[in-house]
Amino acid sequence: MPWTQIACQYDGSYSGFLSCVFDCYVNREEPVEFHTPEDMCCSLYPLRTVETDETHARRVYLSFGKFGAEGRRLAVRTFLTCLPDKELWLWRYLCLAYEQGPGVGRNLTNPTVDRVRKAVWHLEHEAHQYKGFTRFSELDGVLVGEIEPKNRVLPLLRDHFCGRYPQERFALHDRTHGEALFHRPGPNGWAILPVEDFSPNPAGAEEIAYRKLWRAFYDTIAIEGRYNPKCRMTNMPKRYWAMMTEFQKDWDTALPELRTR
Amino acid sequence: MELLDKLNILADAAKYDAACTSSGLDRSGQAGAVGSTMLAGCCHSFSADGRCVTLLKVLQTNVCIYDCQYCVNRRSNDVPRAAFTPEELCELTIGFYRRNYIEGLFLSSAVIQNPDYTTELMIRTLRILREKHRFGGYVHAKAIPGADPLLTRRLGLLADRMSINIELPSSPSLALLAPDKKKEAILTPMGQIRDGIVQSKRELAVYRHAPRFAPAGQSTQMIVGATPESDRHILTLTQALYDRYQLKRVFYSAYMPVSPLVPVAEDYKPPLLREHRLYQADWLLRYYHFRAEEILDEDQPDLDPRLDPKCCWALRHLEFFPVEVNRADYETLLRVPGLGVRSARRILRARRVGPLNFEGLKRLGVVLKRAQYFLTCSGRMMTGLRISEDGLLRHLVSLEAPALAAPMPEQLSLFDSAV
Ligand code: SF4
Repeated sequence: MPWTQIACQYDGSYSGFLSCVFDCYVNREEPVEFHTPEDMCCSLYPLRTVETDETHARRVYLSFGKFGAEGRRLAVRTFLTCLPDKELWLWRYLCLAYEQGPGVGRNLTNPTVDRVRKAVWHLEHEAHQYKGFTRFSELDGVLVGEIEPKNRVLPLLRDHFCGRYPQERFALHDRTHGEALFHRPGPNGWAILPVEDFSPNPAGAEEIAYRKLWRAFYDTIAIEGRYNPKCRMTNMPKRYWAMMTEFQKDWDTALPELRTR
Repeated sequence: MELLDKLNILADAAKYDAACTSSGLDRSGQAGAVGSTMLAGCCHSFSADGRCVTLLKVLQTNVCIYDCQYCVNRRSNDVPRAAFTPEELCELTIGFYRRNYIEGLFLSSAVIQNPDYTTELMIRTLRILREKHRFGGYVHAKAIPGADPLLTRRLGLLADRMSINIELPSSPSLALLAPDKKKEAILTPMGQIRDGIVQSKRELAVYRHAPRFAPAGQSTQMIVGATPESDRHILTLTQALYDRYQLKRVFYSAYMPVSPLVPVAEDYKPPLLREHRLYQADWLLRYYHFRAEEILDEDQPDLDPRLDPKCCWALRHLEFFPVEVNRADYETLLRVPGLGVRSARRILRARRVGPLNFEGLKRLGVVLKRAQYFLTCSGRMMTGLRISEDGLLRHLVSLEAPALAAPMPEQLSLFDSAV
């Protein structure tokens, strides 16, 4: 007997999504739409509201161990991507993965695997670029940075920046998703938290001096006879530039670019 | 002198060195320290010439006792001179690193007073950086030819990567343009660094806390276009350097006419396209199991500017093709134009699930633009594909043509197309 088709409403969190997966398997229902409280609208399908349940979420999460390393990575990371209807794709992927086990990671020509794999690649690629292109400013003894990623890259950047700056207090704000990674020295001194309003104080003299030094270095090392703006653009697309110190217009703002909202 | 002025002078003097990478070493951060390194390296920016910026690339000083003709820092050149104190340079490095501008420091130097004195100055800088600031980021240090081996060793214990530039691809050229430098003065420390790396690896295998000597390996650079060597000569030398000195990388740098003493034609343009082809050929040596003799021979001593070297090889060896995607081994797949290391690995992984067709290849992210002419899937060529042998050459050239037809033919990206 085919599973009943339903629309799932959940709180938008990863645990919430995993709770949906749990409930759907238990009730033998197939989600064909996912809604979060923000995008609530009418649906043709019966609406099932799923309460986030950490125990259920955990059981589903642990079951990903059966997918092999590659299969598991996709199951965990797809949710962070900006793939449209990522929940549906992830649901389809999980069904496939439960069926195929560790082989799923190798099934590169399957359309679903292909879709989530490309989305995850995009996420990881963006995270990698931000490892380099993120800029911090020292403001009142705290390193503060801001990014505007398409995907939710903060969980992927966490290890990197915490490992790089174990002795620093820092805050990295993701403007797109309204959350920030905070860190202070010490074991487990990090958290990723939602942020409503992010408005740090203006830069001090030392910070401005470093910005000028960096700009001087950046401008100097380009070799004139090799000028190649197209190559620069391919390697470092324009969308990153706004928040990078080397392209900053006003020296004394808190961060390279603070948009007035 | 202001720090800003020093930075302007000493970055300007260092910028012609092509070797800007921060790769080859994975070191995680430690409590109480600053910094980590990534195996793949990390670009922090790209300059207006399209090159990756990853390290603070500066000279300790540009004051030089030598007079190498191709170099901006030569004694006889009238340019402003400056020197960083070790403390200044450390502050600058840490300040940049904390703001995530850079992955580390690339420290080179002109020869002030004598090679030993210069090396000692660099050692002082790196010691302060590593010991006082506990800096765990990437450090690339340039060995100074002619320095005491013991000093070079101490430098290597503080650095992650070391390099010593070959500069010019043959002894006569070196004698002509760098009369103060002898081939031996370059090759001896190169051999010493190689031995230091090998020994350090051996010790580390036994004892985890053994001192690490240049754990990210050794590289070198040569200038292309200032002297008449052929590409074949350069590639053969490159191969010998990889074989004999176990270098991680050889960099090529198109000669920039910085000196009136190196005679170049009136309309000389830096050979950027040639440099690009050399890098492609270099990839074939390092990752595609090619030998220099296969890529170029006496009849064909120079790389074809119109086509990448792998395509050229394929056109000369049509008997090798077509290659069957579902059966060919890794090495064979690597020889197919347009298939990179990653594509080849993906093919191996995916075909274990079931036979691949051209649709499937596309889904794997294999770019078929070039590869389609050289592949079969389960015995079948791509449908609708019929092309004669000399049509093939024209066709492959035309694939690169947009780049070649651009107003400045040399303006190609170094890092595009998987060779
Ligand atoms: S020794 Fe080095 S810095 Fe001095 S002139 Fe020769 S190449 Fe230039």
